[in-house]
Amino acid sequence: MAEDRRRVVVTGEGPILVYGPVDVEMPDGTRLLSDRAVTALCTCGRSRRRPFCDTSHRRRVRDKKEEDGS
Amino acid sequence: MTVTMSEAPTLPSPRGPVSRAVLAALRGDRPEPPDAAQALPYGEDLQLALYCCYELHYRGFAGVDADREWDPALLAIRADLEEVFLGALREDVPAGTDAEGELGALLVEHVDAFGVSHHLWRHGHLWQLREYVAHRSLYHLKEADPQTFVVPRLHGPAKAALMTVQHDEYGAGDPERTHSKLFADMMTELGLSDAYGAYVDSAPAEMLAEVNFMSLCGLHRGLRAALIGQFATVELTSSPGSDRLVKAMRRLGCGPDAIRFYAEHVEADAVHEQLVRREVIAPLLSAEPELAADLVFGIRSSVFLADRLEEHLFRCWNRGESSFRDGVEASRP
Repeated sequence: MAEDRRRVVVTGEGPILVYGPVDVEMPDGTRLLSDRAVTALCTCGRSRRRPFCDTSHRRRVRDKKEEDGS
Repeated sequence: MTVTMSEAPTLPSPRGPVSRAVLAALRGDRPEPPDAAQALPYGEDLQLALYCCYELHYRGFAGVDADREWDPALLAIRADLEEVFLGALREDVPAGTDAEGELGALLVEHVDAFGVSHHLWRHGHLWQLREYVAHRSLYHLKEADPQTFVVPRLHGPAKAALMTVQHDEYGAGDPERTHSKLFADMMTELGLSDAYGAYVDSAPAEMLAEVNFMSLCGLHRGLRAALIGQFATVELTSSPGSDRLVKAMRRLGCGPDAIRFYAEHVEADAVHEQLVRREVIAPLLSAEPELAADLVFGIRSSVFLADRLEEHLFRCWNRGESSFRDGVEASRP
């Protein structure tokens, strides 16, 4: 039924947000549960806590120029 | 089944004339109103006085009448202290209205930044980690409480989304999973006292100021956007910092109860960041665009106050000294 449909937000910048508890099956068959009201699933592949987002998709910048060497 | 009563903390020791007057008023005396304007805005005396005024709205103090919370004399003192603190922040933090730009800047990971979490991860000592956790307990043992004050000041989608985040902070109905309980478990595992208020006397003004800023903005409806800015700053920057603290604890050989708190925050705050930006801030500013300036003020003040605490910690630790005020409790190996 339409009311039972989960809301899923594809952020585009990073994770996919899934509303409601989730039961995630990984390629090797292991299952991970998240009981959060909203779960952020990694789509960039860089998370070290896959399938969950750990903000590794964020833009990384170096502020200082090379200080030593040439 | 045992029912544990959470005990109210004892009153801290005064740090000057203003906090001495506030502590006297808390005990029920009628002291001469202190001259708040003479106190340093970020100093030990004013920040402790303000912290004690605010604590009446959380757990209160042992031996202090609950009615002091709405004592007009104390509220008048509090207003004077707030004026000095807020006035200093308004002066020290540049004003701005570009909320989106400000939030965007917080989402960039600076690979050569070096803060306390980087230090603890790379080469910090266990006693430094314990001091950091002891200071942070002033907030985390009441984690999410200052921000809950803002809930009735919002409405519609922003309110609903903030409650989704708070529900998670409060363990989604499971008291064992509330973030304040996870923090208390970490303190125990690190050999610290998990008693509420145990580390107020040892906390420097810089730590008190961070918590005072949350209470200030949470308790004033007029500063609700600043509170949301403060909350956004924490939620947007917490995941990478928490990840470094997890690595710090693993390197230092801390147990699973210690690691759980920050490990939980890596994942939780990756979600909270999205909710705060998309579902709290976006609808709030869309309904009330004039709040952008205070939102930016909240973000910049939080960063400013957090930087001051980091500077204090590095100043002490670089000299090989404890960052505890009394030094007595310093948990050196």
